Amino acid sequence: MIERNHTQDDMMESLVEKNKKLIEDITDSYPKKVSKERKTHLVVIDPSEEQHIMADVATIPGIMTNRGCSYAGAKGVVFGPVKDILHLTHGPIGCGYYTWNTRRNLAEPEEGYNYFIKNCFSTNMQEKDVVFGGEKKLYGAIKEAYEIFKPKVIGIYATCPVGLIGDDIKAVAKRAEEELGIKVITVSCEGYKGVSQSAGHHLASNTLIMDIVGTEELEDPTQYDINIFGEYNIGGDVWLVKPLLQKIGYRVVSVFTGDSKYDDLAKAHKAKLSILMCHRSINYTNRMMEEKFGVPWLKVNYIGITSTIESLREMAKFFDDPMIYENTEKVIEEELKKIKPRLDYYRERLKGKKAILFVGGSRAHHYQDLLKDIGMETIVAGYEFAHRDDYEGRKIIPEIKEAPHHKILDTYHFERVTEPVYPKEKIEEMKSKMPDHFMNYEGMMVHMEEGSIVIDDFNHHETEELIKALKPDIFLSGIKDRYVFQKMGVPSRQIHSYDYSGPYSAFEGAVNFARDMDMAINNPIWKEVTPPWKK
Amino acid sequence: MRQVAIYGKGGIGKSTTTQNTVAALSEMGKKVMVVGCDPKADSTRLLLHGLNQKTVLDTIRDEGEDIELDDIMRSGYGNTKCVESGGPEPGVGCAGRGIITSINMLENLGAYDDDLDYVFYDVLGDVVCGGFAMPIREGKAKEIYIVASGEMMAMYAANNICKGIRKYANQGGVRLGGIICNSRKVDNEEELLKAFCKKLGTQLVYFVPRDNIVQRAEINKKTVIDYDPQAPQADVYRELARRIDENDMFVVPNPMPTDELEKLLIEYGLMD
Repeated sequence: MIERNHTQDDMMESLVEKNKKLIEDITDSYPKKVSKERKTHLVVIDPSEEQHIMADVATIPGIMTNRGCSYAGAKGVVFGPVKDILHLTHGPIGCGYYTWNTRRNLAEPEEGYNYFIKNCFSTNMQEKDVVFGGEKKLYGAIKEAYEIFKPKVIGIYATCPVGLIGDDIKAVAKRAEEELGIKVITVSCEGYKGVSQSAGHHLASNTLIMDIVGTEELEDPTQYDINIFGEYNIGGDVWLVKPLLQKIGYRVVSVFTGDSKYDDLAKAHKAKLSILMCHRSINYTNRMMEEKFGVPWLKVNYIGITSTIESLREMAKFFDDPMIYENTEKVIEEELKKIKPRLDYYRERLKGKKAILFVGGSRAHHYQDLLKDIGMETIVAGYEFAHRDDYEGRKIIPEIKEAPHHKILDTYHFERVTEPVYPKEKIEEMKSKMPDHFMNYEGMMVHMEEGSIVIDDFNHHETEELIKALKPDIFLSGIKDRYVFQKMGVPSRQIHSYDYSGPYSAFEGAVNFARDMDMAINNPIWKEVTPPWKK
Repeated sequence: MRQVAIYGKGGIGKSTTTQNTVAALSEMGKKVMVVGCDPKADSTRLLLHGLNQKTVLDTIRDEGEDIELDDIMRSGYGNTKCVESGGPEPGVGCAGRGIITSINMLENLGAYDDDLDYVFYDVLGDVVCGGFAMPIREGKAKEIYIVASGEMMAMYAANNICKGIRKYANQGGVRLGGIICNSRKVDNEEELLKAFCKKLGTQLVYFVPRDNIVQRAEINKKTVIDYDPQAPQADVYRELARRIDENDMFVVPNPMPTDELEKLLIEYGLMD
C-alpha cells in the first residue's frame, strides 16, 4: 500500500470523483434504457460506499462485446485440454474448427496414453442431417473415430442445431459404450444456453461430477495428494507450477484440466485438497466434490510472485506438516533468488506503467497481482463472463437473484458418499485461519485500488472511451479487441492465449510476463508509426 | 403463375380438397403443380393413383444434392405436376427445415416453370414453426385458403393460421383468399362459418357438403372427377375450382382473441 498523507487523500478523492464522472459520460451517450442497464456494470472503487456490480446477465443486442457461447465454455475451455479424450464436436464444421487449438492449452504426450490435443474431430453436420436427424451420423463418426484412433474415451459436445432438432446424444453415447466397450461422455452445451461461455463451464462441471470424478480408484494414496483446479495450462503455466509443488512434497493427482488425462480426473476424488485457480470456470465441481467426497478446496493464485508465495504458505498451513513448511520456505527462497536480478531490471523499466485488464472470469484479478509485482498499476479491470461472486466474493451468492437462464442449467447437490477426508473440526479451523481463501473466494473488487474502475461485459464503445480518457500504457485482453487498441496506438497482449508466449505462472513466469510487458510497452514502434489519417 | 397454399387443422381434408380442386382446374385447361409439404408424403396420392412418388428429401438423402427435376417430379392426372417434399420419420430431425430445403431445391431445379398457371402447396396441420410457414414466407405463396369445418378445433386452427398469415402479410405480401368449409355436418355449420369469416374479414369461398363418394374415390386412389366425372360431388369441386380461379378478394385477416372465438361458437352452437 502507498503511504497516504492529507494531500494524497484529496487527490484520491478527486480520482474517484473524476472516474465516476467519466463513467457517467460514457454511459450517458446510450439510449435511456441501455444507459440505465450499463451503469449497473461499471463501478469506481470507493471504500466509503457499499458497492455492488451487475454481472452474468444477457448482453444488450447490438453492443459489440467479447463473449463466447456455452459450447466454447464446455468444449473450448473445460474439456478441450484433456489430452487423451477424443473430443468430437457434433455439429456443423465451424464450431469444431474454430476451437481447434486456438486456446493454446498445451499438453505433453505420455507413453501408453492417447494424445488427441493436435486433432480436431467434428461430425460436420449438413443440411440433410438437420432435416433427418444427426444421430446416425454421430454414431457413424464415433465408430469411425474408434476404428482409426482406438480412443479409450470419446467426448461428445453438442452445438446449437443438435439441441434444436433434439438429437439424443446421451442415447447414442450409451449405445456406443455398449457396442464398442469404451467410455463416451456427453455435454449438452448447445451454444444458445445461457448468456456467455459461463453456462458451458457449469454444464461441463455437471458431466465431470456425474460421469467421471470418482469412477476410478487411486491405488497408492498419500497424505500429500492434491488437485489443481481451474488451470488449463495456457502457454504451459502448469509446467512451472507442478515442479514447485512436487519439490515441496505434494503429489498432483489431477489438473482440471490442463495437460490432464481421463484416468487422473476419474481418481481426483481421492486427493486430500483441491487448490483452485480459476474460480469462475470450475468452482461448481469443487462444491460438488466437497459435498460428495468431502474434498476441501483452497483458492490460490500463482500468477504473481507475492500471491504465489501467499498461496504456497496457505497450502502449507492447511497440511500443517514440518516437512511441508520447511520445503515451502526453501522453494520460495530459491526461486526468488533465481529471478531477482532479472525481475529488478524489468521492474525498473515498467515502473508506474498503467494497464487495463479485460479478461476471463478470474484472470483480471490474478494478473493485477502480477502487474503490481512488476511495478505496474491496474487502472481498469473487468471480466467477460464472470458472475457477481467473482467481483464481490462468495459472500454475495445468497443475494444473487436467479436469472431465467439459470433455470435451464441443472444444478446438482449430493449427499456424502465416502468418509470425510478430514474431521469437521479441522475444516472449521482452516476456515477461521484462512477465511478469504479456504472454501471461499473474496472476489476481485476488494483488492483494487481506490479510484480504479471495474467493468463487466465491456464493449467497443466503452473501450474506446476509456482508452481516450485514461491513456493506458498497455491493454491486456484478447484477439477480438486487440487491434482496436493497437490502431489507437496502445500496445496490447492477449491474456487468454498469451499470444505465442508464456508461461506466466509462479516465479519464472513472472519474469516471462515482465519481459513481454517490456517488449510491448517500451517498443519504439509506437513512436515511429504515424497512421495515414494523421499525416 | 398463382401460388396457393392450403392450410388447416390436421385431418380436416386439405389433401383431398386440394387434389380434387386441382383435378377440376386441370380439367379447365390449367397447368398446375402440387407441392406436398407433409412429411407423410400423401398429398399427391389421388393425382398419381398411389404413393409411388420418391420425395425430394429422400432423393437428396440417397443421391446427394446433384439431382435432376425428373428424379423428384411425376406427372399425375390431367398432366398435373406432382412433387412431395417428404421429411424425416416422426420424432427425429427437423421437418420444418426439410420443407425449406426442398422448396429451395425445387427453385434451383427450375420447377417453377413460367408456363404454370398454379402452384398448390398442401401444408401439414397448423403453422407449427418457421419451416411450415415456408410456403408463405419470402413471397412464395401469395394466397392462402384455409380448409375448416364447424368443429371447434378446426376453427381454432383456422384462427391460429390467420395469426401466421397476419405476421407474414407485412413482409411477404401474402393474403388470405378465404375459408373453404369441408362439412362435418355440424349444426348451423354454414351460418357459423359465414359469421366466422365475417369476423376474420374474409369470405366463405365454398361450402363443400359431405358425400361418401369422396371416400370411395379415395379408396380407389382417385379424385372424384377422375373416378366418377358425372357424380354431383364432381360438380361441387368444379364449382370450388371456378371460385378460386375467379377469386379477387384477398385480405389480411383479423384473427380473434380466444374468448371472442368461443363466444361465437356458443352463439351458433346453442342457436336451436
